[in-house]
Amino acid sequence: MNQVLNMENVRKSFSGVEVLHSVDLDLYAGEVLALIGENGAGKSTMMKILMGIEIPDSGDITLLGKQVSITNTAQALRLGIAMIHQELYPIPEMTIAENLFLGREFANFGFVNIRKQERETIKWLQKMDLDISPKTKMKDLSVSETQIVEIAKALSYGSQIVVMDEPTSAITTSEVNKLFEVIQLLKSEKIAVVYISHKLDELPLIADRVQILRDGKSITTKKISELSVDDMIRYMVNREISNVYPRCNNKIGETVMEVRALSRKGEFDAVSFKLKKGERLGIAGLMGAGRTEIVSTIFGDRRADSGDVYFKGKKLNAAKPSDAIKRKIALITEDRKRFGLNLMGTSKDNISICIDKRESMAGFLNNRKTNNFVDQIIEKLSIKVTSRNQIVENLSGGNQQKVVLAKWLLTEPEIIIFDEPTRGIDVGAKSEIYNLINDLVLQGKSTIIISSEMPELIGISDRIIVMSQGRIKGELSRENFSQEVIMQLAAHSEENQHHQPA
Amino acid sequence: MSNEPISRLDIAAKIIPGNFLRQTGIFWAFLVLCIVMAISQPAFLTVPNITNILKQISINGILAVGMTLVLISGGIDLSVGSIVAVSCVASAYFAGADSTYPIIIPFLVALAVGGFLGAINGVGIAYFGLAPFIMTLAMLTMARGLVLLVTNARPIFNLTRPFINVSNTFFLGLPNLIWYFLIVLIIGHILLGKTVFGKWTYAVGGNEAATRLSGVDVKRVKFILYSICGALAGLAGLLLASRITSGNPRVGDGYELDAIAAAVIGGVSMAGGSGSILGVLIGVLILGVIQNGFDILGLSTFYQQIMKGVIILFAVLVDIRAKKNIKSRLS
Repeated sequence: MNQVLNMENVRKSFSGVEVLHSVDLDLYAGEVLALIGENGAGKSTMMKILMGIEIPDSGDITLLGKQVSITNTAQALRLGIAMIHQELYPIPEMTIAENLFLGREFANFGFVNIRKQERETIKWLQKMDLDISPKTKMKDLSVSETQIVEIAKALSYGSQIVVMDEPTSAITTSEVNKLFEVIQLLKSEKIAVVYISHKLDELPLIADRVQILRDGKSITTKKISELSVDDMIRYMVNREISNVYPRCNNKIGETVMEVRALSRKGEFDAVSFKLKKGERLGIAGLMGAGRTEIVSTIFGDRRADSGDVYFKGKKLNAAKPSDAIKRKIALITEDRKRFGLNLMGTSKDNISICIDKRESMAGFLNNRKTNNFVDQIIEKLSIKVTSRNQIVENLSGGNQQKVVLAKWLLTEPEIIIFDEPTRGIDVGAKSEIYNLINDLVLQGKSTIIISSEMPELIGISDRIIVMSQGRIKGELSRENFSQEVIMQLAAHSEENQHHQPA
Repeated sequence: MSNEPISRLDIAAKIIPGNFLRQTGIFWAFLVLCIVMAISQPAFLTVPNITNILKQISINGILAVGMTLVLISGGIDLSVGSIVAVSCVASAYFAGADSTYPIIIPFLVALAVGGFLGAINGVGIAYFGLAPFIMTLAMLTMARGLVLLVTNARPIFNLTRPFINVSNTFFLGLPNLIWYFLIVLIIGHILLGKTVFGKWTYAVGGNEAATRLSGVDVKRVKFILYSICGALAGLAGLLLASRITSGNPRVGDGYELDAIAAAVIGGVSMAGGSGSILGVLIGVLILGVIQNGFDILGLSTFYQQIMKGVIILFAVLVDIRAKKNIKSRLS
């Protein structure tokens, strides 16, 4: 096999702290190298160095036999290295064609030849087997489609190396299959792919080799066939994580919350279910099934058109979040950066925001008391911060999620709704969150967990309801959990909608 | 949790990311400016001149405090200049030479009028979801039109002696005006820094959706902020009427820009979520000293305008740099 990349003895420090201790990385044409490790292990830094976003303190990079020094992303792109970021921010109003050829438009005397661009774009889209018109605006594409357009763009630049950062974190299972097809296409073109992912279960399906980083060192690099997922976890965290999905002896009691025929036009219809005390209720479904919409309606951030929510027998139709919070309901939203945190604030600011009013004295902040609460919960949840005044933006994903959790735990909720609680979080932190959910139900609290990761949902729920297209399609108890049954219930009953063909 | 230097940076960065360095930086810049002025212009460090500067900055300072509250929440208020005009006329009306109203009445009128117009802004922005820029721009034109219409574009003269004294006398050696400014400043500082409402203001500016989902009544917070901003503009209008001894419907033109300039120089971010009242004080002082310098040198106000723009750009660049430094030090 052709070696396309060799990174040797890469060292990097930030503010005197060494984050990469002499890391080596090899990449061969046509292979998929999975790069895994906990948050803070150094994988993002390695890739940032490859992309020219960071400059290593020392180390050599050899690309296709030539030693290079990559100092900016434009150069990286020219050298044939492309990155598909975890969070894609395309220009929403641009069409696919415009986006694909941004910066290298076909132009004559400053006038862009749109038709030619669109024709070329169609070629790429056909190659990716994506049946969409090149005139479609980026904002109208799904996350999965945006991703594939980005990959097409990388291909069109003649990239030899494509780095994918958590590519499956925000797409559905069927879209993951599509992505894997595209990756096979890249492999057949002898393009090398670096695949960064926390979803270790996927790796046997797509990776050829796996490289594991831990604490800034490369621990091992093996063929995928030589490693089980448990092996990978062991290398990543160097401690036994007995049972990725910890067992729980929770006692399930009476109904604490009942949703009756909740409907909201265009989002969900006649949704009814019960939540019992001490229960972990999972809600499965594809994206667009209406799960997030339902829980945000229960929480009062949206108004239902009809239907009621009962909390301990009494009607609670929350008109705003504070109504729900008063009744001891907490919602940990998906996308913590957009809906869960004030990134400009400190950990303390974020954690105490729900209790500031309660602890206030005549409108004045009661810092002595709230600092106490905050310090206690930081310790209880093992949140890694330099101090309670650390700005939240600088925390890792797992710690940020813990900050959101801390904020809600301080409100002493009885019902906690988790919407995709472990998205974008490494194995170690995920395990902590599962244990936390278990602790909560053991204390008699009730939880609802929305997750698109089937194994996770099956691992940590007592009961699962499946939603599809705004309706509840089925309910399974623990004994009957089955990935297939859930998938069948969750999949659309009608034909999948197609965009207008080109 | 350690107590080394890095956590001091955290605390500093908490007040306003980067602003501590900026504040201290801006403070030194201000000091240097004063020293340069004092050396090159003997007229600068005289009592009458300093008194003049203090009087000059007070009215803009009060507007800047209100503007800061709104900016930190992620909004903007372009109508304060027009509200100043409305209040200038309204308060003068209740202080006409033949009127027998006690001095408290013009004050109540000024605050009520300003607060009312600010509240309209607040309703439009918070409850009807209008963009702050648009709503307050509309208010700018409507309020100006209203005051010109009502007065037929003619000022009100002959105001009572007590009213004129409000802005033109001294208290404990300092001009009254600066006392009004200081009180507003201190109340603003306490509100922003020590109260739950102040924290909510920062939170709304930092991430409105997350704050809403944390149970804070974001709409009410915004409504109150714009009402306060309007009320402060009302107060400024009264002080102005007293200062120029007339209720003039044409005043206030461009005052909103000076208020924004002072806030921005003082480290308030236009994107919301960061800024401090103390920084604004320095911003107001810098603008005042520079304006004074131009006056002493006899330079036309048009030069001043250009200079103000340059300073704003410079201040923002320094701010961006400082924020980047703090960020990379902490990551």
